[in-house]
This record gives sequence, structure tokens and C-alpha cells, in this order.
Amino acid sequence: MADQIFKAVILACTAFIGLVFLWILGEVVVKGISHLSFSFLFDAPVNSGRAGGIAPILVSTLMIIIVAVSVSVPLGLGVAVWLSEFTKQGQKFATSTRLTLDVLAGIPSIVYGLFGNAFFCIYLGLGFSILSGGLTLACMILPIFIRTCEMGLRTVNDSWRKGALALGMTRTAAIWHILLPSATPAIIAGLVLGIGRATAETAALIFTSGYVDRMPESFMDSGRALAVHIYDLSMNVTGGDHAAYATALTLIILIVFFNIMAQFMMDQWLGRKVLSS
Amino acid sequence: MTQKQPPYKADKDNQDERAIPYTLGNLEAGEPCCIPKAHLQVQNLSVSYNNITVLDDVSLDIHKGCITALIGPSGCGKTSFLSALNKLTDLTASAEVKGSILFDTQNLVSDKIDVMALRRRIGMIFQQPNPFPLSIWRNLDLPLREHGFRNKSVRRKKIEKSLQDVGLWDEVKDRLQDSALALSGGQQQRLCIARALVLEPEILLMDEPCSALDPISSCVVEELILRLQGKYTVIIVTHNLAQARRIANYAAFFWMKERVGKLIEFGQCQHLFETPKDDLTAAYISGAKG
Amino acid sequence: MALLKTSFLFLSSLKHQPDRTLSFFLAILAALSGLLLLLVILFLAKEAWPGLTNGGWRSFLTHKSWYPLEGMFGIFPMIWASLAMMFGAVLIAIPLGLSAAIVMRFYIPPTSLLAQAYRLILGLLAGIPSVVYGLWGLTVLVPLIGQLHPPGASLLAAILILALMILPTIALTALAALEAIPKTILSGAAALGMSQKGQILSVALPAARMGIIGGILLSMARALGETMAVLMVAGNVVQNPDSLFAPVRALTANIALEMAYATSFHRASLFASGLLLTFLVFLLSWFASRNMGNNHYG
Ligand SMILES: Nc1ncnc2c1ncn2[C@@H]1O[C@H](COP(=O)(O)OP(=O)(O)OP(=O)(O)O)[C@@H](O)[C@H]1O
Ligand SMILES: [Mg+2]
Repeated sequence: MADQIFKAVILACTAFIGLVFLWILGEVVVKGISHLSFSFLFDAPVNSGRAGGIAPILVSTLMIIIVAVSVSVPLGLGVAVWLSEFTKQGQKFATSTRLTLDVLAGIPSIVYGLFGNAFFCIYLGLGFSILSGGLTLACMILPIFIRTCEMGLRTVNDSWRKGALALGMTRTAAIWHILLPSATPAIIAGLVLGIGRATAETAALIFTSGYVDRMPESFMDSGRALAVHIYDLSMNVTGGDHAAYATALTLIILIVFFNIMAQFMMDQWLGRKVLSS
Repeated sequence: MTQKQPPYKADKDNQDERAIPYTLGNLEAGEPCCIPKAHLQVQNLSVSYNNITVLDDVSLDIHKGCITALIGPSGCGKTSFLSALNKLTDLTASAEVKGSILFDTQNLVSDKIDVMALRRRIGMIFQQPNPFPLSIWRNLDLPLREHGFRNKSVRRKKIEKSLQDVGLWDEVKDRLQDSALALSGGQQQRLCIARALVLEPEILLMDEPCSALDPISSCVVEELILRLQGKYTVIIVTHNLAQARRIANYAAFFWMKERVGKLIEFGQCQHLFETPKDDLTAAYISGAKG
Repeated sequence: MALLKTSFLFLSSLKHQPDRTLSFFLAILAALSGLLLLLVILFLAKEAWPGLTNGGWRSFLTHKSWYPLEGMFGIFPMIWASLAMMFGAVLIAIPLGLSAAIVMRFYIPPTSLLAQAYRLILGLLAGIPSVVYGLWGLTVLVPLIGQLHPPGASLLAAILILALMILPTIALTALAALEAIPKTILSGAAALGMSQKGQILSVALPAARMGIIGGILLSMARALGETMAVLMVAGNVVQNPDSLFAPVRALTANIALEMAYATSFHRASLFASGLLLTFLVFLLSWFASRNMGNNHYG
């Protein structure tokens, strides 16, 4: 009997969670779709965003992501390769690097916002700009990206390393031709995670890339990210809820789209590596 | 294997006087292909990990063009011995090698060696086939490129030849661009051998190359090794005594004494198996021990 | 853990020039990424410095409340609010998240469509931006609470939204921990004639407790550091959280609200609260990683 009650209670809890989540998703989809349209995506916002669309905001978001990714990916990949292929277990420098990255991964995004504001905007004189915002996000996603890539490289079959070296190949060649391609799924996963974080980020961007909702003309322009737009519409603009929901729906679609694209790219790349000479 | 290939003849290496002279006294000449000349001369070799010696004081000559089988129980240091020969022990930070290995006037233990060039001359095959997760073609192409073969048609010729040498050409020539991981275990191992051969090494180290294979693939690989005799110097570790007997010209028997691997007996295969000098050897090959 | 066991092959002396160059170059990158932490702390400290020196730090502790325009910088009401939100959220999320994990592990077959859909939803929700939760909270939850007890934007709203946000993390880490229990332990319990409830409560959960606690600590860190959702639903009045329906302001929300116009001492105290926040979150993540057996590094 007690068994039955227990089962009923936790099944109810689980169902309840599922329902609440469906409620949230449903709300976003239903309210968002009614306002979402072709012109919403391709028009500039009018009247603080109550009317018009989100074209400049989409562009700013993409530019911020481009900056964040193009800085964090090469840097992160390099560090991950170094950690997994060139360091000894227990080596002091490596251990402390890992520890540092762990701490960095835990820092709240609003604190990254503070840092980005003090360092990129003011100290480096980049001002409120897409560049500042992108660099701040790059710092924020770097630790997660490194961690996933390092894990991916570690899981690569050791016998390939041995085989490559026994053939007199350099480590550099082994890393480039064999290890990195084999770790591609993990690298892509890390990338998706990072892009997901970057796209969803608000707090780190308010004081780095700023609020301006005009179409950015260069990376030095201030630009408003989608998430910041949602925040602004819902908090500071009365009557902006519908536009906020439509933007939220766009944002979620964008995140899902990045995931699917990454999956697709991964398949393509793996396929090409194996299939061509 | 469709075509039976003529056995390799000992070629002009015969007259190559540069090599290290044969040192271990008068061994009667083995099979006709076997040149009583040391290709590798191992003296007082010992290997330790974390300062624990696992292989102590091994001295033997590896004869040019011959197949030398290393036999002995698990853990007596056969793999460590092989790794010392092509300096793969470098990869284990805790490993330390002492003694001397003379190869082509150089001492592999103490001299400054270009390991990449060395490993090209001394290839290695592992127990588990380890083809790279690339196409069959690229598995062979990549090492060639890395060793500076820029000319594509040269690479193509070499690849085709080495695939033919291992008897894999006919099986894979229509699917060179498929993943090497899709091959069967035996085919993968032969591909690995081809990958080592494509660099035209002088010495091949084989660490239990057949033990992960089914009996038929094992037979195919064994035949292949036999065909390498005369052209390459082969050192093979095997737990299969019958196999050692079938293919080897020389055999070395390792045994653990007080947890330390030692070379107990080394000599012509036939002698070691039929008239062993040491009681341990006699016991091991008759199956009483190990 | 098995991953970390792969022997480290590329360790010892680098014999080849290109390898040495690459290693050197990569080590510099690694040092740079390590320096990032130093840079972050350095700049937070540099900016916070004017607020901490000359006894400035004392104003954080002694002032009753936070009225920057009147020169009052008491930080405690916001610390209490942040902690109240965090603990409230975890209290709600733990039983719900554990239920979801238990159901997925023990009551529905993992390959069934239902289980997969549920996992998919949890994964999707873990990736949904916090401002979307905030938006939902602001437009749906806050009015609902407002009907119950105006104004609606309150500690309770923040707790509920945070609970929703950390639920997927708790459920997914707990599920992973439950799945890692060796089958033999459970079948041993079954062989003793234990009921399924008994097996779950007195065998499975204790066996998986390290992973579960680690996940909870991680999600607490996340809740404490969360800004946007809290900012949007909590009402943002600086006061001690003395009622569930009272509007309160969290530390994070305070930074986001005031950075735009803060100058001099005010700005410095915002940076100081950022440092404090980092320190608290770091403590939590540190406990979490210790609990999970150094799961996410080695
Ligand atoms: N990387 C290492 N670190 C520490 N000890 C090692 C390492 N590699 C091997 N050893 C030890 O060295 C000894 C010899 O190992 P080795 O692999 O050479 O034996 P083997 O004769 O090849 O055995 P098998 O027939 O099982 O392959 C063993 O006791 C083993 O535990
Ligand atoms: Mg071995």
C-alpha cells in the first residue's frame, strides 16, 4: 500500500513538472507565433520595440556570437590540446591551469559583465560595443569549451597515438590528422554548449555591448542582443509583451537551429575526413 | 590470398659491410635466408618503471633478415623489450632503459637519436590492430606524407605495392576510400602491417600480432610474416609456441626470476625447442610451466 | 573516471622540433587562459578598491539598508534575499527533481517514447535562456501570485522561477548518479524481499548520494549567480525577506539595476558585491566538485 502511494506521489510530481514545462513552452510558442512574422524578422524596431521588428537585434546577436566564437574556439582548442596531449598527470602548471578554468567556469555571468565593463569597455577603451560584448562572452564560454574538448581528446583511443608515433610521425601530425578529427564530436558539442550560453546571455551583455537597437555598422558599434531585447521589452516597455514573446520564440528557435546545424556539420566533417584521401 | 608470391631472397644487403659484426660466437648458420650478422645488438639491457626493474640484463643479437621469436610468460617484459628497441618507452614518463642497443653504429640508449627517423626504420605492429579512423588509403598515405613523400604517384605506387605485399590489395582495391575501421580484424592487422611496410623499414617489431585474431586470420598473418623473412628483420612476440616454432629462425625465452624478467635462453629456434639447454626452457616448452 | 585513466602518452621529453614549438606555443595559450582568472579578480578588485579602503567596507556591514543616493550601502538585506531565494528554490526543486529522476530510472523503461520525450524536454529546458523564464514569470506567474497577495512580484515568485530553472540540472545529475549504481546492489536488495519503495529510498538514493548532492550544490551555485530571471520577478525592493510575498532585491539584480548610472563609491560597492558573489559561488562549486569525486576534472 505504502508502495502504491509512494509511486503515485512521485509519478504525480514528475507529471506536474512535465506539465509546467509544457506550459512555459506552450506560452512562448502560442504568444510568440501570433506576433512573429516575416516582417518582424526583417524590420527595425519602432516605438521602443512595441512595433516593428528585430532585424538590427538579430544582426547584433550574430555579430556578438561571431566575436565570441572566433576568439574562444582557437584559444580553447589550443589549451585543450595542450592539457590533454602535452602535460603530465600531476604536473603543477597543468593542474593549476585546470583549477583556474574550473573557477572561471563557476563565475556568475553578471560578474563577467562587471569585468567586461571594467576591462574591455573602459580599460581597453573599446566602449560599449559588439566587440566588448563578444570578448566578454568569449571569456565566459572559454572554460566550458576547453573542458568538453579536453574530455573529448582524452577519450580518443590511445592506440592511435601509439600507432602514429610508432610510424615515426610527429605528435603535431598525430594531433592534427588523427586526434583532433576523432575528437570532433566533443569539440562540436563544446561549441554548441558555448554558443547556446552566448546566445542566451543577458546579464554579461547589458554593460558591455549595450542597449542601442540601431543596425550596427561595425564591431565597434553598440548593439543589443536578443536576450537583452526581451529583458528591455518586458521590464521597461509597457505593452511590449507580445514583441517580447515573439523575440523569445525567435531566440529559442535560433538556439535549436544552432544545435541542429552543429549536428549536421559534425556528420559532414566526419564523413569527409573518412571518405576522402 | 590469391597469388602465391615467390619467397624473398636476401638481397644486396648481404654485402653491406657497414653493419655491426656478428658477436655472439659461432652459431651454426640457420635457414638459407638467414644471414649470421647482427642487425641489432642488445647488451645488458634493463628496463624499469618507477625505478622497479622489470627486465634485467638482456644480451642478444638480432640477426639480419631473420625472424626472432620472443616467448615467455605474461609480464616478463617482452613488450617492454620491444618498446625499448624503437624507443617507444619514451612515451612512458616513468620508464627508464639502461644498457646498450647498437643499431647501425649508433647506441639507441645513450646516443642522441632522431626518434622519428629511427621509428621509420624500425616499425612496430601491436597486439590490437590499430588502424587510424581514416580511409584505408589515408591510413597508408598519411605516414608517407609525414615522411616527406610529396609526389602523389610515388605514394600511390608504394601504397599499392605494400597492400599487395600483405595480400590485401585484391580485397580492398575497390574500396580504398572506405573507413579502415570497417575491415575485419584480420584485414585490419594486415593493413597495420602494410602501413608499417609502406615506409620500408629494416626491422619490424611485432607484439603478439595474431593474438587478437581468429584462427584463420591468424594463419593468414602468419603466412605473411613468413614471406617477410629474408627481406626484413622481424622480431615477434608470441604466446603461441607452435607458431614460434613454425615461423622463427631464432627464439629467445624470457622468464621471471624474483619478479624480474630475464633472458634465459637464446638460440636457433630448432635448438631451443628440441634440445633446450636450460631446464626452465625445457619445462616451459613442454607445457609444464607458465 | 575511466577516461582519466588513459595513459598519458605524449608526456615525456619532446624529441622533435615542431613538437617542441607547438608545445611551447600551446603552453603560452594555456598560461593566457589561466591569467584570465587573475585578470578578472584583478579588475574586480581594482574597481572595488575605493569602496573597500578607508573603512569603506564597514559601511557594508553597519548600514541598515542600501540607499546609494543617501550614502547608505548596507548589503545584508540583499544577501539575505539572495540566500532565501537560493534555499527556497532548492527546497522545492530537490523533491521534484529527485522524483523525476527516480521515475525515469525505475518506473518507465528508458527506451520508451515517453522517457525520451521527457529527457528531451528537460534537456531543452536546461538550455532555455534565463530571460525567457523571467518573461514567463513576469507575465504569467507574477499576476497569479498578485491575485493571491498583491503586488505579486515577490520572494515567492523568485523562488518558484529559480526552482524551475534548476530543476533540469538536479533531475539530470540525479538520473546520471542513479544510473551509475551497479545493478548487483539493486538486485541484492530485491533478493532480500524489499519493496520497490524500500529499494529506492534506502538503497538506491543513499548509494547515489554523492552525485545527487554534487548536482544540488552546482544548482545552488547557479541559483545564487542567476540575475535576469530574479531581476524580472522579485520586485527589487531592498528589504529583509520577512515574508514570502514581500518584494525583495537579490545581490545580482542589484548590480544589473544600478551599474548603468553608478559612479565612484557607488560603482565600487557594486564591484565589491560582485567579488562577494564570486566568492560564494566559488565555495559552492568547490564543495560540489569535491562531492562529485572531482568528476569534472582530475
Ligand atoms: N607503463 C608501465 N608502468 C609501470 N609498469 C609497467 C608499465 N608497462 C609495463 N609495466 C610492468 O612491466 C612488466 C612487464 O610488462 P610487459 O608488458 O613488458 O610484459 P609482457 O611480457 O609483454 O607481458 P604480456 O605477455 O602479458 O604482454 C609488468 O610487470 C608490467 O606490470
Ligand atoms: Mg606484452
